[in-house]
Amino acid sequence: MEQPDLSYVDEVLNRYKGHKGTLITVLQQVQAHKGYLEKEALERVARSMGVPTARIYGVVTFYAQFRLTPVGKHLIRVCHGTACHVQNADGLTEAVEGELGLKTGETTPDMLFTVESVACLGCCSLAPVIMVGEKVYGKLSTDKVRKVIKEYQKMEKEVVQ
Amino acid sequence: MKTLRVGYNSCGIAAGAEETLNKLHALLDGNSNFEIKKTGCNGMCYLEPIVDVIENGKIYTYGGLTSDKVEKFIESLEKGKHIDDWIILHPDHSTAQLSYQEKQVKLATKNIGVIDPENIDDYIAAAGYQALEKVLKTMNRQQVIDQVRASGLRGRGGAGFSCGMKWQFAKDAPGEEKYMICNGDEGDPGAFMDRSTLEGDPHGVIEGMTIGAYAVGAQVGFFYVRAEYPLAVKRLRLAIKQAEAKGYSGKNILGTGFNFSLHVIEGAGAFVCGEETALIASIEGKRGMPRTRPPFPATHGIWGKPTNNNNVETYANIPYIIREGGAAFSKYGTDMSKGTKVFALAGKIKRGGMIEVPMGITINEIVNDIGGGIINDGKCKAVQMGGPSGGCIPAHLHDTPIDYEKIMATGAIVGSGGMVFMDQGTCMVDIARYFLSFTVEESCGKCTFCRVGTKRMLEILERITAGEGTEEDIPLLQKLCDSIIKGSLCGLGQTAPNPVLTTLRYFRDEYEAHIREKKCPAKKCKALITYRVVADKCTGCTLCARTCPVGAASGERKQVHQIDDLKCTRCGFCKDACKFDAIVVE
Repeated sequence: MEQPDLSYVDEVLNRYKGHKGTLITVLQQVQAHKGYLEKEALERVARSMGVPTARIYGVVTFYAQFRLTPVGKHLIRVCHGTACHVQNADGLTEAVEGELGLKTGETTPDMLFTVESVACLGCCSLAPVIMVGEKVYGKLSTDKVRKVIKEYQKMEKEVVQ
Repeated sequence: MKTLRVGYNSCGIAAGAEETLNKLHALLDGNSNFEIKKTGCNGMCYLEPIVDVIENGKIYTYGGLTSDKVEKFIESLEKGKHIDDWIILHPDHSTAQLSYQEKQVKLATKNIGVIDPENIDDYIAAAGYQALEKVLKTMNRQQVIDQVRASGLRGRGGAGFSCGMKWQFAKDAPGEEKYMICNGDEGDPGAFMDRSTLEGDPHGVIEGMTIGAYAVGAQVGFFYVRAEYPLAVKRLRLAIKQAEAKGYSGKNILGTGFNFSLHVIEGAGAFVCGEETALIASIEGKRGMPRTRPPFPATHGIWGKPTNNNNVETYANIPYIIREGGAAFSKYGTDMSKGTKVFALAGKIKRGGMIEVPMGITINEIVNDIGGGIINDGKCKAVQMGGPSGGCIPAHLHDTPIDYEKIMATGAIVGSGGMVFMDQGTCMVDIARYFLSFTVEESCGKCTFCRVGTKRMLEILERITAGEGTEEDIPLLQKLCDSIIKGSLCGLGQTAPNPVLTTLRYFRDEYEAHIREKKCPAKKCKALITYRVVADKCTGCTLCARTCPVGAASGERKQVHQIDDLKCTRCGFCKDACKFDAIVVE
């Protein structure tokens, strides 16, 4: 099997060489490159930092931010904070899942959309909210959230044409 | 010359402040009559985008100023006129929104929404870093701690431990190498005070923390901020750089020989890291799992060295306390809970946002006077305080003054300051289930009772909301609550049963309705409700049939539609889509 290019991992590792307690920061910056942590990258981090791969795997699976599978171009995070929950966040999740034909945690086969649920985005006064990439959409209803998704789908179709 | 201040925190940006700001720049760049500034959020999130107009020392606050209104707004200002209908706070007369501000006392949040958080000169002009200078040049370490103790400030993260005592322990701990932590891992769903503070006034938190570092004798400090708060992280990093450049941070601060370097760490997403020993493990690059205390972090913290940990709001109070003295702070509040507290209002409340009020104010005053009541003029059923560790306080106890001890007596906690309001459409069993599902996800897994016990509780609550509950379920829940409290090491586990205990205590009838009558009084639990078309109201527009994802709603054009109960998944899309309120839940 072909070895992926891991120069981006080395770059991060060099930046933090000799600093104590930087494992999580290193992993965050490695993940920033591809949106997820590939197995080879974790092994490279393990060797370079002198930490067993198992321990790194333990850290990666402990924190919600890290992912071990590729993520779609648009990451849709549906907020399930308390304020959103009492304003029908479950309904938004159902609407988003229905519109994209997937379940939370999954990615569309064309790798365009990944849907996740998050604990709280801290925009409670605009509840219920979702975040697409870095953009927050607030005061949504099941109707409005479908329109947001459709806009992104339309935008992607135009890109293809 | 007019100054326009645009509220530019994440909440404002989500409401459209970016588009408003861009439009203002497009219209006014090069115009010497106007100056545009970005600030944090003044707390009135429910009316964002917000723009302040400052002329001749008077402030006119405009609300709901979306980009489409900007042209008309500027046109009017250029003519020297204001659009009164859009003004939410007027310098010369009272407005309907004034009641949101009247009962507030802003000490920790006084700069938020006023200064530009990305400009240190703005902070300095607002008395910024004066407290630090006073401390470094005129006070010894013990005097600083004495002042903080005199203020009566208690930790604002939730536990409410005396800040001055905590600093004393860290100061008295033997050793030269000491650390400071600012806990910005605001994990409670429904809370956003720390986000708003870090975004709106990062220098205030840096100043407070640096004063603490001087008092305890620490040389290095860590900000631990949630990765979900990218803007807070960005502004904090910028603020640290600016403070270093001006000599307020780093080496030889203000020429006094005091060194204190600050670092920002982004949390990777684990609620339990709000617990201090878990947070320390996370800073060290490990899984964020709590450990037994003692030894406390004050003697054995980061790398085993003495460490002081406070949350964002606690530090944000320090500059005021030092500048004005502990007594100025302690004149607000109750006997045991001094000063002010910042709260985030959310849920079914008309005015959702961030407020700072004196301790001792009642919940009723917050709901009615500040919050403007419940949306759709509904009735407030309960308020949830303290997130997953807290509880639901029913409406009949809303004359309780906010005070650590008095709120605790209701079964909830003051917590970090999230207040989520609930109306008659909120099912209290579902809320308990919701919090338990959160705890199950976030339990680190170390203690068996927390790991397995919360899961069993969740299963019982799922059973009840599905209409499959039995009479034994309530006593079983109570027994599990008791065991989890006794058998868990950290605050997460010990408080996890609180949402269940408080709803059982105050809303037992709702549990019983689910179990005995198989009914959900709030009409929320899917297994216990049906959707029906009201024949008189249905116009046969076919919208529900087109919206229904499973083909349960059907009918001919201009004919009354029906919903097939067997096919219906209770998603509620048809009800949301219907323009004639013709679909009801029973």
